[in-house]
Amino acid sequence: MAAHRCRYLACLLLLFLSVILVTMSQETTLGHEQHELVIRPLHSGDIYASFQFRTVWETDFMKGNKVSHYRLFPKSLGQVISKFSVRELHISFTQGYWRTMQWGQPFIPSPPGAELWVWFQDSVTDVDATWKELTNVLSGIFCASLNFIDSTNTLQPSASFKPLGIGNGTTDHRFLRYATLPREIVCTENLTPWKKLLPCGSKAGLAVLLKSEKLFHSSFHSQSVHIRPVCQDRQCKSSSWELRQALNVVFDLHTSGQSKREWSLFKMFSRTLTEACPLASSSKIYIDVTDNPQEEQFELSPATPLLSQAVVLGDRRTFSVYDLTQQVTFGTVRSLNLMIRWKSSEGDMLRPLLHAERYVTGYGLQTGEIHTLMYNNHPFRSFPVLLLDSVPWYLRLYIHTLKVISKGKDNNPSYIHYQPSKDRERPHLLEMLLQLPPHSVTEVTVQFERALLKWTEYTPDPNHGFYVGSSVISSLVPSTVAMETNITMEQPLFSSFFPCKEESSYFARVYTEPLLVNLPTPDFSMPYNVICLTCTVVAVGYGSLYNLLTRSFQVEEPNPGLAKRIANVIRRMRGVPPL
Amino acid sequence: MYFLASLSERRRGQLAALSIAAVVIVVGVPLWWRTTETYRAWLPFSQIKDLSKLQLHLSADVEVVFARGTLTPEQQKKLPLTQTQDEEHAVDGDNVKVYIGQRRTAILRINAEMRAGKTVEQLLAVLKPQIKQVLQVMSFSHTDITAALSDRVRFNPGSKESMTHSMRAFTSSPGYEITFSLLNPDPRSHRLHWDIEGAVQTYIQPFLTKLSPLANFSIDSQMLHYAMLGVNPRYNNDRGAFILHADSLAHVINPVEARLGSNAASSNPVLNFLLYVPDAQHSPLYIQDHKKMDVPSNAFHSPRWGGIMVYNVKNLYGPEAEFPVNININMAEVMGVFLTQLRLLVGMESSPPPPGFLVAPCGSVGLADWELDRLMWSRSVENIATATTTITSLAQLLDQIGNIVINDNIAQQVSSAVTSVQLAVAELEAGNLGFALQYSKETILASEKAFFDPSLLHLLYFPDDQKFAIYIPLFLPMCVPILLSLLKMASEARRRYREKQAKKD
Repeated sequence: MAAHRCRYLACLLLLFLSVILVTMSQETTLGHEQHELVIRPLHSGDIYASFQFRTVWETDFMKGNKVSHYRLFPKSLGQVISKFSVRELHISFTQGYWRTMQWGQPFIPSPPGAELWVWFQDSVTDVDATWKELTNVLSGIFCASLNFIDSTNTLQPSASFKPLGIGNGTTDHRFLRYATLPREIVCTENLTPWKKLLPCGSKAGLAVLLKSEKLFHSSFHSQSVHIRPVCQDRQCKSSSWELRQALNVVFDLHTSGQSKREWSLFKMFSRTLTEACPLASSSKIYIDVTDNPQEEQFELSPATPLLSQAVVLGDRRTFSVYDLTQQVTFGTVRSLNLMIRWKSSEGDMLRPLLHAERYVTGYGLQTGEIHTLMYNNHPFRSFPVLLLDSVPWYLRLYIHTLKVISKGKDNNPSYIHYQPSKDRERPHLLEMLLQLPPHSVTEVTVQFERALLKWTEYTPDPNHGFYVGSSVISSLVPSTVAMETNITMEQPLFSSFFPCKEESSYFARVYTEPLLVNLPTPDFSMPYNVICLTCTVVAVGYGSLYNLLTRSFQVEEPNPGLAKRIANVIRRMRGVPPL
Repeated sequence: MYFLASLSERRRGQLAALSIAAVVIVVGVPLWWRTTETYRAWLPFSQIKDLSKLQLHLSADVEVVFARGTLTPEQQKKLPLTQTQDEEHAVDGDNVKVYIGQRRTAILRINAEMRAGKTVEQLLAVLKPQIKQVLQVMSFSHTDITAALSDRVRFNPGSKESMTHSMRAFTSSPGYEITFSLLNPDPRSHRLHWDIEGAVQTYIQPFLTKLSPLANFSIDSQMLHYAMLGVNPRYNNDRGAFILHADSLAHVINPVEARLGSNAASSNPVLNFLLYVPDAQHSPLYIQDHKKMDVPSNAFHSPRWGGIMVYNVKNLYGPEAEFPVNININMAEVMGVFLTQLRLLVGMESSPPPPGFLVAPCGSVGLADWELDRLMWSRSVENIATATTTITSLAQLLDQIGNIVINDNIAQQVSSAVTSVQLAVAELEAGNLGFALQYSKETILASEKAFFDPSLLHLLYFPDDQKFAIYIPLFLPMCVPILLSLLKMASEARRRYREKQAKKD
């Protein structure tokens, strides 16, 4: 055995002579890695922590050459995008509902449950089959029920979901698929594969804070993966893949803090930071101190001299920055445990300019009405919003009852795209472009009828109700400060997710609550009862018919009276002939 | 009068009961039977039965070419002349009788006295045992074929050694995914660079191109940071090195495997090749075999899984080096080991040649033509055996469980698998290796598709008690009156018959 190995080694040795060893200096092709944690104390007393991990992989994927050597980019996702010719992939898993009214806008919005939207490259011929296969593969990668995505909950929005990366001209929505699973429960088994995609795993850097027992003990938890092509440089001559992993979490301090308004990294994540991920080119913690310029609201320790300003979601915010790649950040104890101590609890909340809500009205199990309310809180400016509503086929929308009312008057949408549902095939899709008048509430109502399902189509707990995914409201909201229009690498991650085309407004996406609708639910022993009942009815009818047909009827002598029969019995006992 | 009317009435009643029974039997029962029947397409059961006692005939063409001067002029008239120079260069030493070249040629040497005064036929007869040996080395031998069949057919167990040999190689599959992973347990101590693209192009790709008739190969590579081995190597004070003993190698793979990630894009088996570069605090690291000797390549392989190589870099930098150290990995060294492991895992298991044989070193490709032939022989046989087992067990299953629906496409897959098996067997018999392999691949694909079709499971669970629960409410009240009236009629007929007999007497 060993002799043979030696022989092959010897023959390979001949090979080596013919090969010139090239020294490798591939710092440039490694791609680079940015890590970031933003902490924003919310006015409600909660803490919003937003992690973002960005990997940029400088490779020319559009020319169709197979790329199969992965360095920082995770292999599993790379294989998926190259096998299924994906141009853009956005997937999010969310537990809890983001309360826009109390918390403001999140950096990366997401609806409750799971959401997946994918732009395919225009070389894909059978988009539906590819989409089906892709959802199954992603379901395996993320340990989620994405395999329940089928044609009954897949949409092709015509306007709401435009590519976020470089578009390359194609925005033909035939190559777009969008699906939500509002019922998906997000837990540890989804977090573990998500952490595995990070180059440092959960071993070093910011990711050590991601302990599931703390993260899921929160009011809101959302994790997402976004893959898109981005420009390598300002001229945009070559492109590269960008993988963004985001994790947003809102901790409720009132319930966990024992009425003491104090917060620290250790309290929140049960860990402190000791180092940055050595693979990351930048690794920073930003703390939003905009409302706290003179430390009148809270006190931050250890203090940092670094302050940075960024324009994010139409507002200029000030952040204290902790750069984890600098040893000085960790101080003499070699560990960073950020602490915030509140001094006063006052503080006025800047109302978000746009928020929305949705609910169902009506009684009984036959009809109902969906109300979607959109609030424009800007005092003097109106702005356009794009509303996307997707309703499953078993709620039959009466589209003629669609009404859009703002300030008591009809508001005519300038664009409507409605695709009626087909039973058991596709959902309703309603997209509308609306102008929201300043300082107003716009109400969209539409009536629906509840369909009866086949008895195998009910979920295992049908009396819980059926979920209807969130409405999506995409909008260009007027900005109070000039937005940054050219995206550079130097910008912090949280302000560079949505590309910005003009200075006067910023893009925002708001999701409404998902709806829970009761459908008429049968008693599930019914089929057997029906079988038994019909069989009995048939058997009774058949029995009497059979008797009528086969029995012969004859007139019988009337029965002898009781006295006579008794007398006969006695006579028989005596041996006398009967009467 | 009254009696007559009653009699005809009785007769009519009996006729009605009889006709109702007739309608139930002629229309009702077939209707019920047809509507509740599971659809079962026709399967070639008899051909499948023949497959189970399939006999394989393998044949290989042999061409014996005599070198110049071996034969007398009159003998050699119509024989071609080849390979005279090869002999001059390659064969030296008297004890080498047979030299096996890189292509499909072997050179035999016979002494002058043995060939004196013999006809071509006699010469061939003398050479026959040697030719047979050559054939066993270059195409197939009994052990190869048993190894190929070892998964399917139970032979009397051989030695443990031969068992491990036969278990090492991957089972036949239409494609393989090869993944090279560079494991860096601590990015703070080493910053590793490897030119995997170039190395794959130079070392692995020629080998795989040669193997391409056998299966499709795809190559991936990845870098994994903070990936640890599953065991803590012991520190040996005498040597100033860490030692990983052969006994603990079994525990190395599992924790690493969790990080490797499954291949999302295909369902082919994955061959993993891991290059582990221990961090500065834990190096150098050496692997020792069971005799406590260092393994020269510092690598090991795991059957049907892949290989791991430990690459020590401590001597590449001085003690005053600043961490993290930039390290360029010598891919030639690494790929030499991986290629050797790959050869073993693909199934290029060469039993040592018989005494007196000299095997030419493999060329730049790492694979001689006849080695590929050997693989193709054993793979064809293995494929045929696998497919036959699959089809026969499927047929057996379908035969035993009547509830399974057999759709047309499954029947079609089964028939095409059966035809491909027959074609493959015929091609093997004719010695057409390429076609045989092609057909055997087709039959594997078709049979697996049929076996794993989800439609087979649809009605599998339909217990009989539930059927009865549904049928009884209808069938019991309908059948009882019919049966009763039939019984009554039968007893009446018997009574009348007896009365008639009594009257006759």
